[in-house]
Amino acid sequence: MNEPVIEIRDLWFSYNGQPVLTAADLTVREGDFMAVIGPNGGGKTTLIRLMLGLLKPRRGTVRVLGLPPDKAAPLTGYMPQRPGHNQGFPVSVMDVVLMGRPRSGLTRLRYARADREAAQRALERMDMWPLRDRRVGELSGGQRQRVYVARALVSEPRVMFLDEPMANVDAQGQTEFYELMKELNRSVTIVMVSHDLMAVSSYVKSVACVSRQVHFHDRPEVTESMLKMAYSCPVELVAHGLPHRVLEIHPDD
Amino acid sequence: MTDVFAALGFDFMRNALLAGLMAGLTCGIIGTLVVVNRLVFLSGGIAHASYGGVGLAFFFGLAPALGIVGFAILSALAMAAVTLKAKHRADTVIGVMWAVGMALGVILIDLTPGYNADLMSYLFGSILTVPDSDLWLMLALNAVILLTVGFFYHDFLAMSYDEEFAQVRGVPVRPLYYVLLVMIALAVVMVIQVVGLILVIALLTIPPYIAERHAGSLGRMMGYAVVLNLVFTTTGLWLAYVFNLTSGATIIMVAAAGFFISLAVQRLRRNRVPSDAGPEPA
Repeated sequence: MNEPVIEIRDLWFSYNGQPVLTAADLTVREGDFMAVIGPNGGGKTTLIRLMLGLLKPRRGTVRVLGLPPDKAAPLTGYMPQRPGHNQGFPVSVMDVVLMGRPRSGLTRLRYARADREAAQRALERMDMWPLRDRRVGELSGGQRQRVYVARALVSEPRVMFLDEPMANVDAQGQTEFYELMKELNRSVTIVMVSHDLMAVSSYVKSVACVSRQVHFHDRPEVTESMLKMAYSCPVELVAHGLPHRVLEIHPDD
Repeated sequence: MTDVFAALGFDFMRNALLAGLMAGLTCGIIGTLVVVNRLVFLSGGIAHASYGGVGLAFFFGLAPALGIVGFAILSALAMAAVTLKAKHRADTVIGVMWAVGMALGVILIDLTPGYNADLMSYLFGSILTVPDSDLWLMLALNAVILLTVGFFYHDFLAMSYDEEFAQVRGVPVRPLYYVLLVMIALAVVMVIQVVGLILVIALLTIPPYIAERHAGSLGRMMGYAVVLNLVFTTTGLWLAYVFNLTSGATIIMVAAAGFFISLAVQRLRRNRVPSDAGPEPA
């Protein structure tokens, strides 16, 4: 069994007295590609934000690479739900990717050569190096998404968190994106929040269904109980047609 | 032209020009951060609330500059705390502070015996009566702002673009938000000298707005905005002198002319050359 990369024990969180996560447990192991699914408001984004250290748990512990999340931040990559929503912002592709390099103290004054080289590698990997001087707002949705992946990769992370990375991307772009993630997954552990059950069954290695609690499945399958939990309407999903979906009865239920 | 050079022979005109240039420098830099972070309303709130500081200074017999700087910083800190804590109510709270600060100032000046402060000079600026001591204060504030923005440039860029991501990358977002609002307060105080608190917003927003679409980076946006500000301020000051108009309002009208010319140029360009950027995704 691989090393655990993320360990969550007895995690509780609430917003304004409303419980969002109760007694959640989760272990993500090195090399995993985990999808986080669940109903809206079920706590998917909250779980990611707790793993990133943006939120502090009311109770319980979160460890990323054996560290508290804010200490582990330099070793992780992050792609937020709606990055850079201000399209008119005057910033180049290169500058956006450099934002992914952690800096502190006096090093914040300017980027070192190593930072620029890392940014070049990340952009080349995403085929975006030729567009490095363009303003990000001028790019297409798919190109922008590649820039944000490059920004998540530029810290050479061991774990990547992607929060609904599919906003503003067409169907063709989605397939390309998942293929790319599959390739990246050879060296990076990936945790991805998704609404997209197709992706869950075709590309990921495990699934965590979040709805106040966390149900972890060590296989890329969506069980009937998860569907019920996630959408409380399995019929609708069958109507969407997911030929490679595997439906199984959840052993716990 | 000769009468302009003759005008510069007067101390008050030279001081006016220097004050205008220094305010322009600050406004270009801080205004850029105000525009990209959508803090225009908040800046207006600080400007108007700071009139409370004028009232306090007169009531307690302190230097008006001291009162206005102190009060502007205090209201900036209060607004920072409120906007961080209750984002969805921030505009209401800013609106309340805007009005209360102003009212406090007016009442305190009413209560100050024997003295009627010139309200108009705070509302519309008093660039022609800037004393040397204020120039030194402006120089110091400019230095502080330039050094701070220079040192934290990449952090301000990251947090303005994508606050949450910046926080994950270790940018001290909350402390820097306070720093930014205090700098806005300092900038506002400086610009009140030049165009008055009612017109502060124009100098903070018009040049950065014009600069934004032509600049490839936040730094260049600041640079262009500074240049535009200097052009607007000096042109406005010159027109005000030649036609004997109120200088603050004339500066703003020049900036407004620049704003509409830039809109018109943009229209024309868009009609002539189709954009190659492709369709904007929803």
